[in-house]
Amino acid sequence: MYSQGLIGADGATEETPEFLARFQARIDAEEKIEPNDAMPEGYRRTLVRQIGQHAHSEIVGMLPEGNWITRAPSLKRKAALLAKVQDEGGHGLYLYAAAETLGVSREQMTEELLSGKAKYSSIFNYPTLSWADIGVIGWLVDGAAIMNQIPLCRCSYGPYARAMIRICKEESFHQRQGYEIVMTLARGTPAQKEMAQDALNRWWWPSLMMFGPSDADSQHSDQSMRWKIKRFTNDELRQKFIDATVPQAEFLGLSVPDPELRWNEAKGGYDHGPIDWDEFWRVVKGGGQMNVDRIRDRKKAWDEGAWVREAALAHAEKRAARKAALAAE
Amino acid sequence: MAEQALTGGSDPHPALFDAVLELADDHLILGHRLSEWCGHAPMLEEDLALPNMALDLIGTARTLYDYAARQEGKGRGEDDLAFLRVEREYRNLLICERPNGDFAQTMLRQLYFAAVMEPYWAAAVDSPDAVIRGVAGKAVKEMAYHVRHAGEWVIRLGDGTDESAARMRAAVAELHRFTGELFEESTASAALVEGGVLPARGDLRGPWDRVIGMVFAEAGLEVPEVPFPQTGGRRGLHGEALGHLLAEMQYLQRAYPGATW
Ligand SMILES: [Fe+2]
Ligand SMILES: [Fe+2]
Repeated sequence: MYSQGLIGADGATEETPEFLARFQARIDAEEKIEPNDAMPEGYRRTLVRQIGQHAHSEIVGMLPEGNWITRAPSLKRKAALLAKVQDEGGHGLYLYAAAETLGVSREQMTEELLSGKAKYSSIFNYPTLSWADIGVIGWLVDGAAIMNQIPLCRCSYGPYARAMIRICKEESFHQRQGYEIVMTLARGTPAQKEMAQDALNRWWWPSLMMFGPSDADSQHSDQSMRWKIKRFTNDELRQKFIDATVPQAEFLGLSVPDPELRWNEAKGGYDHGPIDWDEFWRVVKGGGQMNVDRIRDRKKAWDEGAWVREAALAHAEKRAARKAALAAE
Repeated sequence: MAEQALTGGSDPHPALFDAVLELADDHLILGHRLSEWCGHAPMLEEDLALPNMALDLIGTARTLYDYAARQEGKGRGEDDLAFLRVEREYRNLLICERPNGDFAQTMLRQLYFAAVMEPYWAAAVDSPDAVIRGVAGKAVKEMAYHVRHAGEWVIRLGDGTDESAARMRAAVAELHRFTGELFEESTASAALVEGGVLPARGDLRGPWDRVIGMVFAEAGLEVPEVPFPQTGGRRGLHGEALGHLLAEMQYLQRAYPGATW
């Protein structure tokens, strides 16, 4: 039930200039690339890396929010948060399945996550310190995820694009639900409003960092854009997110923790203060407060679940053997 | 709408509040326990299945708390009942509050509970009480799924590796002593059974024994003798684990009295 062999694309395409040109022509014609189609090894590798990271982010992302399931303040919120965290697990599952079409197994990807070889979104290396964090994560983190992911619904790789369509619908539900939690707090007691402001203060900058380094410093962007894996640059998406989110904060009566934030009439968007990229790289490289804890938690669940997975496999084998023995009689 | 769920126009039974609260507490506390697994399950499929089952239970608890609160008519709502009582006022069965232990214990606990609630709700679909009937119609399907899911795991683990079989036997040794309580009637529920509103728990013993017997036979497990059956949940006599569960669950409601969330 659990192990999935290598399937799909072999890495043995011969990448002559003609082959690459034909491939690029398909991309330019907005044709979807499907698992059994020939594809350049670089395209396959880029997708495996990106889909894998995305899947891992969904899975690791269950932890910071899961931290509040047992303390949710009402039955309604408890049920909604459980359902949300479960959705994220479901996103992980579709994405691992999409990556498997490119010839990497879920086990392989899981091992890469646990060994630290594969990355996941750095945002999840910050701790959730109050109930307001659950609202703000839905609003900002799921909100930023949507900005990133909507263009991916048109990604050139078919299985990824199709997974994203379903995921985006759920993410936008999460975003609205998160915003509604923050709104309830912002309109609640002074202590609740303070809780909401504190959470916004802590999550604002890390949310902006979710779009990745500035275009000037981004290594993978150009080729990914040509292959239509990516459709907008990091900075373009970040700008869209800021422009959509600042009015939402104003509506709540919360202040965005950026003294340099100004509406720029000429560009029709907000100017913002400098992003602390040193902090970003520090957290990417493992220096966030929760990097160690997140991987330890995942590893603990995986290691402590080993006997269960082994038992399921052993039972399935026994069952098959009994069936075969019966058939042979 | 008039809060008159019992057909026939008679006043609601005075014991209805207590009896519904007992059921609500069972579902909330067990649902809370399952929710503790979320993000920490042995495989991704179970990270989805465990919250699913938790959501079923919490959903049922919400309907029941809401009904109990309306019966009481003192202006309390589902969250007041769920979050603002002290340990001794919770009426859940002891098995529902048992800590998760390992995956074997969690699945066995789920099987024990669901195997009694499936026939319970199946019998309650004919209750003269419209709310109970409504809950029963939905919950009976959910419990059938829980029996299947948990039962399959008990079989896999019992008939898996040496380690999983040993863990499964340990789970039975740990939890079987709490199963007698599943069939006990409280003063409140006895009164409603008499009026035909709720099913008699004594009648559930046969169906439960059959399901457990079938699963255990396939799992290679034995139904143990229980020298000292444990009971007391319906009188608020809980184990020590419940207080910690409640401290965590009630934290925000207690820290910010009267706030809306
Ligand atoms: Fe997600
Ligand atoms: Fe989400």
